[in-house]
Amino acid sequence: MSESDILLMENISKSFPGVKALSEVNLSVHRGTIHALMGENGAGKSTLMKILDGIYTPDSGQITFQGQPVTIDNTQRALQLGISMIHQELSPIPYMTVAENIYLGREPLSRFGMIDKRKLNANTKALLTLLEININPTILMKDLSVANTQMVEIAKAISYDASLIIMDEPTSAITEREVAHLFGMIRSLKAKGVTIIYITHKMDEVFQIADDITVLRDGKHVATVPATQTNKVRLIMMMVGRELTEMFPKEYAPIGEVVLSVRNLTRAGIVEDVSFDLRRGEILGIAGLMGAGRTTVIESIFGVHKIDAGEIIIKGRKTQINSPTDAIKNGLALLTEDRKRTGIMGVLPVRDNMMIASLPKYEKKGFLDGRLIETTYKQEKSRLDIKSPSMHQLIKLLSGGNQQKVLVSRWLLTSPDILILDEPTRGIDVGAKAEIHRLMSKLAQDGKAIIMISSELPEILGMSDRILVMHEGRVGGIFERKDATQESIMQAATGHGLDAQARQEEMTA
Amino acid sequence: MASTTTPQALDKNFSREWFNAFIRKYAIVLIFVAMFVGMTFLTDAFLQPRNLFNVVRQISVVGLIAIGVTMVIITTGIDLSSGSVLALAAVFAASLAQQPDWHDAKYPGLVVPVIVPIVVALAVGALCGVINGGMIARFKIPPFIATLGMMTVARGFALIYSNRPVSGLTDTYNFIGQGEIFKVIPIPGQPPLGLPIPIIVLALVAVGAHVMLNQTRFGRHIYAIGGNEQAALISGLNVGRIKIGVYTIAGLLSGLAGLVLSSRVGSGQPGLGVGYELDAIASAVIGGTSLSGGIGTIWGTIIGALIIGVLNNGLDLLNVSAYWQTIVKGSIIVAAVIIDERKNR
Repeated sequence: MSESDILLMENISKSFPGVKALSEVNLSVHRGTIHALMGENGAGKSTLMKILDGIYTPDSGQITFQGQPVTIDNTQRALQLGISMIHQELSPIPYMTVAENIYLGREPLSRFGMIDKRKLNANTKALLTLLEININPTILMKDLSVANTQMVEIAKAISYDASLIIMDEPTSAITEREVAHLFGMIRSLKAKGVTIIYITHKMDEVFQIADDITVLRDGKHVATVPATQTNKVRLIMMMVGRELTEMFPKEYAPIGEVVLSVRNLTRAGIVEDVSFDLRRGEILGIAGLMGAGRTTVIESIFGVHKIDAGEIIIKGRKTQINSPTDAIKNGLALLTEDRKRTGIMGVLPVRDNMMIASLPKYEKKGFLDGRLIETTYKQEKSRLDIKSPSMHQLIKLLSGGNQQKVLVSRWLLTSPDILILDEPTRGIDVGAKAEIHRLMSKLAQDGKAIIMISSELPEILGMSDRILVMHEGRVGGIFERKDATQESIMQAATGHGLDAQARQEEMTA
Repeated sequence: MASTTTPQALDKNFSREWFNAFIRKYAIVLIFVAMFVGMTFLTDAFLQPRNLFNVVRQISVVGLIAIGVTMVIITTGIDLSSGSVLALAAVFAASLAQQPDWHDAKYPGLVVPVIVPIVVALAVGALCGVINGGMIARFKIPPFIATLGMMTVARGFALIYSNRPVSGLTDTYNFIGQGEIFKVIPIPGQPPLGLPIPIIVLALVAVGAHVMLNQTRFGRHIYAIGGNEQAALISGLNVGRIKIGVYTIAGLLSGLAGLVLSSRVGSGQPGLGVGYELDAIASAVIGGTSLSGGIGTIWGTIIGALIIGVLNNGLDLLNVSAYWQTIVKGSIIVAAVIIDERKNR
């Protein structure tokens, strides 16, 4: 470790059940610099930083901070060392004031052990004034806009007087004016010798403020370069330029008539004016960065959210879908992205999890036919190669891949025409992933129409007939399979595609 | 597993696992059996047929409520209104079952077939349940609050309807709670013992509820909502309607309990059933119903109610003071939940 390094993370590895999030990652950060950490969704940026902040414990590896080897077991320890972090997901306490939120757990006390509110508010006022943030310390967090909530979080991270501040996509919720303000703060922190690690997807920001850039990909360190010695195109290539291994390209399936048309779908503030068609036998991939509105689009089609404007046309008929019940009646199926939160019923057996959306099929004279349920279970088990000791096994005891197969089976049993799969292979092992890809090809050959959201570009490129790229709630571009490359998709997703250029030219013209 | 594992070791592992699974699943039954055996040895009176029937007769009212509450808890809800709804149904039903010439008759001279008060008790209960379910499903009020409100309101209506016991009930009505059929069980030196009607009612309802929960679509939907409400919604279940249905059944069973209790004590009193909701919840929880939803069985709840019944009865027979009884009961409830938490880990 050289004298100029404040932080050295060596050979950091971390696994979660079914996923290797980080393998042997190295990161060294020079003192007093702004160090950008970049990579696709799931590249391991947030995981690496949560290890540094003491939220996760690494499986192996060594952290050296300020020249000392350290073990960071929890956030308190990180703060003691002088490391604070602004999280991507905001966690304000809504019914407490701005001041109480910022100084939570370190409130100034009066002589009698009571909270010294006057001092608390004065300290906050001083902090906010110093940072030129114009927010009243005594108002409740719930009354702040998202942008101001973000600014308070930033102020809080700075208030620890940390020597290293980690910022995980701090600009995802704020406007350009506030971004400029934030950058001002970052520069003055840097002038005081504070080191910043800055996670972002946004190319412009990186070249505005970063001194060095580290790129991660698939949980591995790709490169660390000075910002002056690289450019956008090279960065994108580093971020996506993996070898196309573990790919299971879509097999040929005849593509038929349009079965689903979405026109001008809008959900205010999240999704704007999204239109596309989906054909029988086709797999339409939806790519985009986190927060681009992909999931909202398909959940709106499925009746989970109310839409503010737009039409859904199924097999030529304009269709009103007000609930998932309506969607299922119209032949739609939705495999949700968050298996645990919206997919499995953990305490229930595999049987219930598999049959819950198609129970009427097994009814005879008002009662469920146990034998029919058992035969169906056995058929599905062998068709999808589900590894489960019995249909009475609790689903939470199966592996992620097998849970996912049970959920796929749940939807196939509803005999849908249109299957929407939101991150169908997230968090499952390679084998199960391949099986799900094969199954998708098979379903397309059987004449099903499939929409697949994925954050993994190789999966998108390998499986899709066409690719719709979302950018900030809008369609950033639709690519035919033959025209799509990782670079073109990434550009459309980050707003550096042709549209963005066209818009820029339009504005300057 | 290490390559040195012998078939015998595997076998041993297997049987130990099987044993652990068995213990976990039937722990509550074993506790019940142990209590039963213990009481048999500690007191002479406990094992007498008449006493055993008394135990079951005593739990039949709470048992009926507990069956409904079990379904409610499986959906991650709670029903605090059962005891009050019971009282409301009881005063309504009793007022329609008074002897026409009773000096204090609510409707002097009124003569209706016994089916009328029965239907009214069930209807009053079901109506309260629909309101509970509606508040919870449509207005998204937490079940604790909605049913807490109903608990107070129903008790108030019962008192408004009749601020004193509705007595002088017909023999036909009283037969529901006091009658016995199949009087063939011989008891030395006493007239033969029959099956008390409340026990038959409880048994029928329990079997029906068990079948419904396990063999019908509605029953599996109840578990699904408790297992993961969001997933149930995405799977196309009409979560709101199912919840209303569950609370309606719970209300209906409270009404039935009111019918049974008022006919057993021979009068409809606005103060009936105070605190029964808590005994019902305790029965469900002791019987393995998880307050976090998705887990629970009717037979478990019945065992839970029997444990409370045997405990009450046994402690009475042992001359333990009523104050101590409440302490023992409370401790057992908490212990049951601790066991439950550990097995879900």
